[in-house]
Amino acid sequence: MDPNLDSPRTAAANPPIQPMPANLGAGDVIRASAMPDLAPPQRQLTPVAKLIDVSKCIGCKACQSACAEWNDTVPPIEENVGSYQNPSDLGPEMFTLMRFSEYENPNGDFEWLIRKDGCMHCTDPGCLKACPAPGAIVQYSNGIVDFIHENCIGCGYCVTGCPFNIPRVSKTDHKSYKCTLCSDRVAVGQGPACAKACPTQAIVFGHKDDMIAHAEERVADLKSRGYENAGIYDPAGVGGTHVFYVLHHADQPALYSNLPEDPRISPVVEGWKGITKKVGLAAIGIAAVGSILHGLLGRANRVTAEDDREAEEYVEHSLPPGRS
Amino acid sequence: MDKRFYSQPGDRIETVDPVLVSRYRRFTRANHWVTAASLIVLLLSGMALFSPSLFFLTGLFGGGQTTRWLHPFVGILLFFSFLLMFVQLWRLNLPRPEDVTWVGHIGDVVKGQEEKLPELGKYNAGQKFIFWAMSALIVVLIGSGVMIWEQYFPHLVSIPVRRWAMLIHSLAAVAIILTFILHVYAAIWTRGTIRAMTRGTVTGGWAWRHHRKWLRELAGREGRGPAK
Ligand code: HEM
Ligand code: SF4
Ligand code: SF4
Repeated sequence: MDPNLDSPRTAAANPPIQPMPANLGAGDVIRASAMPDLAPPQRQLTPVAKLIDVSKCIGCKACQSACAEWNDTVPPIEENVGSYQNPSDLGPEMFTLMRFSEYENPNGDFEWLIRKDGCMHCTDPGCLKACPAPGAIVQYSNGIVDFIHENCIGCGYCVTGCPFNIPRVSKTDHKSYKCTLCSDRVAVGQGPACAKACPTQAIVFGHKDDMIAHAEERVADLKSRGYENAGIYDPAGVGGTHVFYVLHHADQPALYSNLPEDPRISPVVEGWKGITKKVGLAAIGIAAVGSILHGLLGRANRVTAEDDREAEEYVEHSLPPGRS
Repeated sequence: MDKRFYSQPGDRIETVDPVLVSRYRRFTRANHWVTAASLIVLLLSGMALFSPSLFFLTGLFGGGQTTRWLHPFVGILLFFSFLLMFVQLWRLNLPRPEDVTWVGHIGDVVKGQEEKLPELGKYNAGQKFIFWAMSALIVVLIGSGVMIWEQYFPHLVSIPVRRWAMLIHSLAAVAIILTFILHVYAAIWTRGTIRAMTRGTVTGGWAWRHHRKWLRELAGREGRGPAK
């Protein structure tokens, strides 16, 4: 890797043969879950991105295989349910999934829309916002959102927070899993395994600016060939993403197995992690401290000697003689 | 025997000199303390996940993973333990006309000027409020809690519903913690109350001052009961 480059520019390069130190670490973290007072990063890396050009995908699933291979995951074997989609969903052992949808376009023609699903590496990640465990989810200055499994407690709040329905909590070790954007490969100058494996270069990887420029070329090409609604899916609602798509029907993302139209962190999640926590903690704090202070300084409600005497008199009078 | 209006079977005047009145049976007291212990564990384990500044509380339970695992099970325990209390206590916690007067005189309540308040049965309106608030909040907490229980019910509800359940669980947790603080505070502020749940009895003066109708009914029953 060129020493002047802090992040790889392509997934096509071959790895160096000599060992090299990781170029992505704790000092590059710009945000970490449940750590509001994180120290600022020591440097700013060039943002990276993976571009998935859906129009070029042939559905071969080389990327899926490469992902399982590199991450050493073994997705369970399932039943065939009449689709090439396999396994049927993302899982703790399957970080990326080719989703197959069949679409009949207004001309009556059949289109097979195949979308590579997986973590989008949001600039404003809902998973990170929701996570209660300090440092279980981190975001690096190059845009990668990564789960740090030793800090994960398996609560599934990330599932609740993610606008794309991505994280999956393992039933075996009770930790949450998703695509890492091959942060371990990027750290040593390599692109993601999926991008490297893709035979049609439907998946490409590099600096985000370069990927945007490439995507624009692709969109222009698609438009010239009749896909007038071709466009880039880099949703602004989550601040843009570091995995983004070129779609032939960018006006209808839902066609691609329910890709959300305008994803953003749900206002319910914002309310839960925002005002509820602030007001809730303040109310509990004031109530606790206030009642302790009042308990120590205030005047208690005590039974008087008068009360005792009256009670005794009353009880004695109403009881039959002889009972005491 | 006469019908009871203000007291529970088992409530009786235990001794006359001094007057001691039995308020809670051993079973009810054990039931109460199991409920209280589960609520405290839930409060500590829940608050650990509620705010990063309280995450250190997971240390009490042996780490984040065990805290996450333990909390919902204790939630189930709390639910059933409270349910058992509920069937014992709900009847005497139904609202009565004197509760309205009592609430109208809340200023005198706070000042401890009991002589200006109406005579009450076993519970005052404040205690009844705590009872019903706890009952409602525990139902909300178990309902929303099961919906966000990742380990056993990850697909019980859709993700948008789960977001609401999360928000509601958090809000209900804050509400029940405030109710809990009020409950403990009131029990301590009203001196002589705690022993009702430890020893099971209260003094005659306490009963006379705070729950006179209850005391009158018990005394009346002793008076007119069959000779022993
Ligand atoms: C007094 C009763 C309870 C209190 C005070 C309480 C409090 C809390 C709090 C503060 C949280 C963290 C919420 C957040 O991060 O914003 C939480 C999480 C949670 N609560 Fe409760 N809760 C109670 C009862 C229950 C019950 C009855 C259940 C039933 C199953 C339950 C299940 C859960 C679950 C599943 C979570 C997510 C974390 C985990 O998996 O452990 N809770 N609770
Ligand atoms: S897609 Fe979901 S899991 Fe990935 S960074 Fe965004 S919020 Fe997090
Ligand atoms: S499951 Fe793990 S990563 Fe997800 S929110 Fe909980 S602690 Fe964070």
